[in-house]
Amino acid sequence: MNEIISDVLMLLGTTFLLLAALGVVRMPDLFMRMQSASKASTLGIACVLLSLAFHFPGISVNIRVIAAITFFFLTAPITAHLLGRASYFVGVPVWKGTVIDELRGRYNPMTHDLSSDDKTASAARMPLD
Amino acid sequence: MNGLLLNILLALGWAALSGDFSPGNLMSGFGIGFVLILFSQQIMSGPSYIRKVWRILDLFVYFLIEMVLSNLRVAIDVLSPISSLRPGIVAIPLDAQTDAEITLLVNLIMLTPGTFAIDISSDRRELYLHIMDADKPDRVRKEIKDGFERRVLGVLR
Repeated sequence: MNEIISDVLMLLGTTFLLLAALGVVRMPDLFMRMQSASKASTLGIACVLLSLAFHFPGISVNIRVIAAITFFFLTAPITAHLLGRASYFVGVPVWKGTVIDELRGRYNPMTHDLSSDDKTASAARMPLD
Repeated sequence: MNGLLLNILLALGWAALSGDFSPGNLMSGFGIGFVLILFSQQIMSGPSYIRKVWRILDLFVYFLIEMVLSNLRVAIDVLSPISSLRPGIVAIPLDAQTDAEITLLVNLIMLTPGTFAIDISSDRRELYLHIMDADKPDRVRKEIKDGFERRVLGVLR
């Protein structure tokens, strides 16, 4: 029984990792690549680690698997967010097919302030393109 | 959090009385202690601890379901033709205000595929998300507010 669960989880995890890699190649702009690289891979790695926990029964392996998943879930979003924010700030262009961009022009390029209000934003519009 | 302390004490008491401090026995002691608190809540500290545990479980289950569903959605996006994608960056009004609330909310949003937090306005009123399906931004706003934000605030407030 454990072997079957372990096999299914390993297959699922590697499939998600494959999809994440495929997304990085196929997606047209940085933000969509980040989506693919940072999300599908978290679930993929969680599945692979859980598969290990079922394959090697025992409390010491299980605790390490849970700890690894917890820390991965805590840290992966932060790195992705920082990369995404920095890229947007330095002006990495969004894909031409992007239907809406409500963040455009909201940054004050001097102070790095991000205003939530349209009026103050247009006073200090960030030069894009 | 008084309830949690009481629950841990009950688990330790259970383990001491049965003379077995193995993880499994501590866990069952915790479970039995939880049931005891559940039944004695009217006499003791009130229902807040049980309600909080229920909300944490609710958030956890909601997160797992959301994560699997949206992973499948992004998998379809990855395999479909590029021209059919409708990404966008939308602003979500924030009710979460403290550091802890915002951190937990954004972390959960970042972990579910298809939503990518780029930044929060300096006055903490708006959260800017890059989403994979931006044809109906109002629906996404409602999903985040009614789904994750309501549950996160329920756990932390």
